[in-house]
Amino acid sequence: MSAVVVSGVDKIFSTGKAARVEALVGIDLTVEQGEFVSLIGPSGCGKSTLLRLIANLIEPTAGSVTVNGKPAHQARLDQDYGMAFQQAGLFDWRSVTKNIELPLELKGWDRTNRRARALEMLELVKLPEFASHMPWQLSGGMQQRIAIARALAAHPPLLLMDKPFGALDEMTREHMQAELLRICAKTATTVVFVTHSIPEAVYLSTRVVVMSPRPGRITNIIDVPLGGARNDDTREDSIFFQKITEVREALRGSELQLGARGIEDR
Amino acid sequence: MSARLAALARNLGPPLLFGAAMLGLWQLVVRGFDLKPYFLVAPTDIAEAFTDNWHNIWEAMKVSGTNAAVGLAVGTLFGVVLSFLLARFRLLDELVTPLSIALNAIPAFVLVSVFNNMFSSTSEVPRRLMVTIVVFFVVLVNVSKGLRQVAPVHAELMHSYAASGWQLLGKVRVPNAVPYLFTALRIAAPLSVIYAYVSEYFGGAQNGLGSRITSNIVNSKNSVGWAYVGGACILGLAFYLFFALVETIVVSGRVQPSGGRA
Repeated sequence: MSAVVVSGVDKIFSTGKAARVEALVGIDLTVEQGEFVSLIGPSGCGKSTLLRLIANLIEPTAGSVTVNGKPAHQARLDQDYGMAFQQAGLFDWRSVTKNIELPLELKGWDRTNRRARALEMLELVKLPEFASHMPWQLSGGMQQRIAIARALAAHPPLLLMDKPFGALDEMTREHMQAELLRICAKTATTVVFVTHSIPEAVYLSTRVVVMSPRPGRITNIIDVPLGGARNDDTREDSIFFQKITEVREALRGSELQLGARGIEDR
Repeated sequence: MSARLAALARNLGPPLLFGAAMLGLWQLVVRGFDLKPYFLVAPTDIAEAFTDNWHNIWEAMKVSGTNAAVGLAVGTLFGVVLSFLLARFRLLDELVTPLSIALNAIPAFVLVSVFNNMFSSTSEVPRRLMVTIVVFFVVLVNVSKGLRQVAPVHAELMHSYAASGWQLLGKVRVPNAVPYLFTALRIAAPLSVIYAYVSEYFGGAQNGLGSRITSNIVNSKNSVGWAYVGGACILGLAFYLFFALVETIVVSGRVQPSGGRA
């Protein structure tokens, strides 16, 4: 059973008087269990829209989205995925532990089990000593780790992330990437990851999906054969650089196409 | 602890000194230019009148203070309950909000006069109703805003958890609205006292601070009138400080102690 199957999906935003925006056209994408798939592309290519379709936060105009073998709507109701955004989005009136417990609270877990799971998640993201802190007492990187702990608290098989490290500095970002890989390997979580950063996409992913805008579509899918165990040495690997070049050229290619289309349109 | 005291002195010192200097200047001007008591009374005369009439001032403070407190409590209760209903049911919002704005646009003296006709001449109800309406509006506007202003990331997160409307209300909207409620109370507390005084002006029993101030000034007992003004200031300050303190205690856990989010 595939983790995510997107087939023949179009998403068209038409808000009243404004012109129709073809956010996504003819999207087909399958993500297998245990894969780490990044979506990359220029602003407006619909990568975040695609992620929200998988999360069933919005409905497709045409086509179907299947998550864990169920329609995306049912998967959302069953909390089959966890989600993390660019903003950590912690609730500032809840302690760190209480934040991690929130999805479990909504699932109806009792207090003892919730607390035990929250502490387990804090161990996983290596912040056990911050259990009773309030969010404002944490740095941006720590907040993002708590957000990941919260997303994984119910042990969902799938993690959806929308530029989660976009607001962090380069050093913290690289550290967080390594941490994310460690956490996902340990929990056997499948990840769909939206990013603007080419090295980030290559370092993390088993496959990089390159997208282009107007209309939003998938132009290339690039395999990254860097193996399972990636570390700081991976960033020096020749395959790493080779793949960065490949993704960059794919992105440039979609841009050139865009330029050509622009002329055609006139 | 001594550091805290030092900080307190740093914060309180300058305004206290400035206030004392203004009072000194006032005293100097009255004495220096030999201003007559019917024009402006000296602070020392007011202080004397204040201690002489302390018992009566205290009784009047209790009357006005009770009116303000009752109006504040009832207005807050209704404001909070209605905000909840409006946040939960969109249709109700569209029906009620224009009406409450219209109600708020009616001048206070019109309402108090109408209420005075509705109840007996010794009733405190018209004054309490007036305070209730003013407080109600302040609370309604602020708490509604707090219930509605949910961060997009929080809304998406709750949606991804398949949270129900009631869960969203209980877990996100209500906690989000708590600081807004305290902001509303901090604004409404002094207003409640002011409206309690003002509504005494339009008839009813002559027992509160507002009516005492007018009757003493009319009878040319200016220093006594000013003494009652002093009592009014103390009462207003007490109301404000009480809610500012409660706000600090309740909301302080969420944000960085100095500055941070409002």
